[in-house]
Amino acid sequence: MHEMSICEGILQVLEAESQTKNFKVVKKVFVEIGPLSGVEVEALRFSFDVVMKGSLADTAVLEVIETDAKAWCMNCNEPVIIKQRFDDCPQCGSAQIQVTSGEELAIKELEVD
Amino acid sequence: MCTVCGCASGNVNIEGKDPHKPHSHEAGDGHTHDHTHDHHHDHTHNDGHDHDHSHSHDHSHNHVEGDDTHDYGQGPAHAHAPGLSQGRMVQIEQNILAKNNEYAAANRNFFNERGILALNLVSSPGSGKTTTLCETIKQLQNEHDCFVIEGDQQTANDAERIRETGAKAIQVNTGKGCHLDGHMVGHALGSLSPTEGSFMFIENVGNLVCPASFDLGEAHKVVVLSVTEGEDKPLKYPDMFHAADLMLLNKVDLLPHINFDVEAVVANARRVNPGIKVLKISATTGEGFDDWTSWLKATRAVAMIGRPALHEDRSADKTDINEAGSKAQSA
Repeated sequence: MHEMSICEGILQVLEAESQTKNFKVVKKVFVEIGPLSGVEVEALRFSFDVVMKGSLADTAVLEVIETDAKAWCMNCNEPVIIKQRFDDCPQCGSAQIQVTSGEELAIKELEVD
Repeated sequence: MCTVCGCASGNVNIEGKDPHKPHSHEAGDGHTHDHTHDHHHDHTHNDGHDHDHSHSHDHSHNHVEGDDTHDYGQGPAHAHAPGLSQGRMVQIEQNILAKNNEYAAANRNFFNERGILALNLVSSPGSGKTTTLCETIKQLQNEHDCFVIEGDQQTANDAERIRETGAKAIQVNTGKGCHLDGHMVGHALGSLSPTEGSFMFIENVGNLVCPASFDLGEAHKVVVLSVTEGEDKPLKYPDMFHAADLMLLNKVDLLPHINFDVEAVVANARRVNPGIKVLKISATTGEGFDDWTSWLKATRAVAMIGRPALHEDRSADKTDINEAGSKAQSA
């Protein structure tokens, strides 16, 4: 359940940004979540509503941008999309793949008033 | 609720500290200045953008900073009419764990400056982390100082067990939290004040999921897996085994009595993390501890490379003491 802490991290960023970019209400939060980030999107949505209650993002909607996890297959010599860290290459079945992305865990943009 | 460490009041408890007294988060103090500029944002922008507010705050409406065009079509309403409130988009591109990573970086800096080898021990509950630590400290403490931060949701039992070995330990109760974070460790370091060139063991909350995501500033994560757990644990919890540099396969003294395939678990761990090193140990019989303590000493030696200043400082201190002593004698 570290999604709760993740949401508290999001709220913290929102509060800091509200000071520097001068807004009072957050209406939408766009976050990018990779499949290897260790975050369960449903748990994040649940925690988001709980954590944002009473804050400047009380009624904010969480928009999750789910990215693909990618890896470089040494055998195919090209990037492939994987689902889990220990997946073999979906094209050739080789285990010689190097994960290149999928750990994204970032706030991309906000819709504010 | 504390927005840095996620603790509700009275939840996180670092032994010997008022849990919330030392918290001075930056985000928290941002609320102290309560300026009440109350201008409405329905100006029509035909005034040459010449707001003469005495306070200089650079509110950016729909236009990107440094961009002279006011494109109101960018807003969610894709149009603009005077007086019609429309939201604006703010691009921020911020890593959500950035705050934790800042605290972790500060901790890492603390360790590096003092030549301290910090290890983050992670495992599921009951795999034998504390027993392993107690035995490790017994074997190391004649030569090296050892310090321990114990993370558990409740009770100070583990810290007490560690203190029985003679090492200095501090318990951090995370309350409802499922992991230690960089901030908690930073506060614990303040209370522990580990000595230069020492070993700093951080025993995380028993949990194979969440601690994987939170950097504490350690040099290595060490995952402890006991043979009474399944061989497929590395595949079930890949993030943790991916994040760890060393796996201690504990309770190997029980292998004759149970059905556990050591090769399979090693293969599974390598599948998730080809670079992971595996050592087989038993904290109760001491089996494999020569390898483990060799790894610890070698890793510490590596951590000390390039730190001649530390050695020089220490020898300089000694000279000072000697000089002071001889001066005292001559006087």
